[in-house]
Amino acid sequence: MPEAAVRELTFAQAIKEALAEEMRRDPKVCILGEDVAEAGTPFKVLSGLVEEFGTERVIDTPISEAGFTGLAVGAAMTGVRPVVDIMFGDFITLTMDQMVNQAAKVHYMSGGTWKVPMVMRTTLGAARRSAAQHSQSLHAWFSHVPGLKVVLPSTPYDAKGLLKTAIRDENPVVFFEDKMMYKLKGPVPAEEYTIPLGLADVKRVGRDITLVATSSMVQVALGAAKLLEEAGISAEVVDPRTTWPLDEKTIVESVKKTSRAIVMDEGYGRYGVAAEIAAVIAEGAFYQLDGPVKRMGAMHVPIPFSPPLEDATLPTDRTVFEAARALCSRS
Amino acid sequence: MTIAAGSSETQTALGVQQWMGMYRQMLSIRLFEEQVNELYKRALMPGLAHLYSGEEAVAVGICEALRGDDYITSTHRGHGHCLAKGATPDRMFAELLGKEAGYCRGKGGSMHIADPKTGNLGANAIVGGSAGIATGAAFSAKQLKTGQVAVCFFGEGALGQGLFYEVMNLAQLWKLPVIYVCENNLYNEYTHYTETTAGDILARGTAFGLHAESVDGQDVRAVHATAARLVERARRGEGPALLMCKTYRYTGHHVGDISREYYRSKQEEQHWMGERDPIKLFAGWLLEQKHAEKAQLEGIYAEIETQMKKAVEFAVAAPYPGLDQVEQDIYA
Ligand SMILES: Cc1ncc(C[n+]2csc(CCOP(=O)(O)OP(=O)(O)O)c2C)c(N)n1
Repeated sequence: MPEAAVRELTFAQAIKEALAEEMRRDPKVCILGEDVAEAGTPFKVLSGLVEEFGTERVIDTPISEAGFTGLAVGAAMTGVRPVVDIMFGDFITLTMDQMVNQAAKVHYMSGGTWKVPMVMRTTLGAARRSAAQHSQSLHAWFSHVPGLKVVLPSTPYDAKGLLKTAIRDENPVVFFEDKMMYKLKGPVPAEEYTIPLGLADVKRVGRDITLVATSSMVQVALGAAKLLEEAGISAEVVDPRTTWPLDEKTIVESVKKTSRAIVMDEGYGRYGVAAEIAAVIAEGAFYQLDGPVKRMGAMHVPIPFSPPLEDATLPTDRTVFEAARALCSRS
Repeated sequence: MTIAAGSSETQTALGVQQWMGMYRQMLSIRLFEEQVNELYKRALMPGLAHLYSGEEAVAVGICEALRGDDYITSTHRGHGHCLAKGATPDRMFAELLGKEAGYCRGKGGSMHIADPKTGNLGANAIVGGSAGIATGAAFSAKQLKTGQVAVCFFGEGALGQGLFYEVMNLAQLWKLPVIYVCENNLYNEYTHYTETTAGDILARGTAFGLHAESVDGQDVRAVHATAARLVERARRGEGPALLMCKTYRYTGHHVGDISREYYRSKQEEQHWMGERDPIKLFAGWLLEQKHAEKAQLEGIYAEIETQMKKAVEFAVAAPYPGLDQVEQDIYA
């Protein structure tokens, strides 16, 4: 038992606390997005911020994702540190040119003379019965583009520490929050801390198989690991926490130790984050592998509305357990 | 001589200096572009470039109305904007040739010249792509209370992009100090703008409540006077404006576009070059007002021509970036 009881916060509270602390620390930080002020977003993640910081820093925008994202790029170049809120990750499609052709390119294309210190917060994840335009996990798209950084927190602790770092970063950072996780509770110290981007976290130590899991899939991996333990298989869970920069070393070292790997990510497995991490493992630990590297993510279909169909698109504790057990029984 | 007469003479003298500065700037842009075309023809320039010849009065008239720390965003046809905002030809040519000494260390090229020192947020090769950035710079100016103004240069082709309407709405809602300057040179690449642009251009601004007007883009004094008014208005916090400048590009869409008869006539080109040339019109006025003499203008021409040749020599001789540069400055 720890001496003092560790404070528990929800994922949403941790996000809000990170924003509030950074806004207190730096008056140039401001929030822009749809219904972010009095409404505190439809997910209520930002409730209370406008009361403290006013409508000059917590700014409701028109429903113009490209417009206010583009505005944030220019504002970031000229001294403001904007945090834009894109309500559903599905809507990043509307911001693509501003993020990919503008934000990601400005520093390089200007020979290092201009910088774009902005954060885009958005969501990912299915299972809310919201159908195909409100359920996607599209973080692979931004991870594909040099010049952007991509963060995928999986616990309240990580969310707070990583968001604070993202706001202080001098580059455009896209921060994906699993909307099913907002109510998840976890320990968050009251003292100031930050977590560097590009540092994976071993969420569970194990011997027989590595489950590399991001964002929403970390809880699934931990659930599967418990089932595996009952079956006498020791699973290690590695959470990269950022897809770019990517902590290849921690991932590869873990697989070298366990010699088996499943990569779990709620994006599409094909041409996606799981595919990339599987390739990193194949390149870095091929000779230590006892079996093929398996990808598990969303099924390659538009996310359906009907609950039994939607549920079938996602990996679960049970399906991951089965896949892991099959891999471990092969050699 | 009375004191009053004395002070009015000083004012005229100051005015003349400013007019002559603008004349030099316009001529610099024209002669810069002539060298760019030469570099292309001599196969010394990688890729293509979109020349600004014919449109000089717009960039010069507008930038003359700006402070050094005011912001601009530019376009694929951006050399004129960059020079008018204070970039020097040698580093511009170096950038066009992909050399380390260029404004972007050779990584941007003709379509991406950017320079924080002159408030140039960068030229953009996405048509309409910089409308957000310019509006964001105006947002910063308001948020940080710096009194700066941002100018977004764009071709009339960018009127087809939705982003433009999103940011005009934002700018008017928040009274941002930004001027959207539409350079209507009649053609979106190889298509006349009337084939792509429905309705009234200025109404696209007034629909959002922006102040909107148009000006003869070949008359640098008119452009300057209008811009000065709109810039000061924006600086006072009275909000954004849309300014359409009617102008013409003399040469192809880019340096390689040499047979243009299928989309515009030789007579049309000759009309603009002969009757509507912004430099000739301005020179005529300077002579008529006795602000300058013919020999003086010829001297300026020779001087700038020499300067441009030297700048080209500098750029041609300058080294390429080292290969280690390829992975530098992806992240700050
Ligand atoms: C988004 C986008 N679409 C198409 C192009 C290709 N393109 C380059 S310039 C141009 C025409 C632009 O016309 P206008 O905005 O009027 O500028 P002008 O060339 O006349 O100065 C086009 C279509 C592009 N660069 N970006």
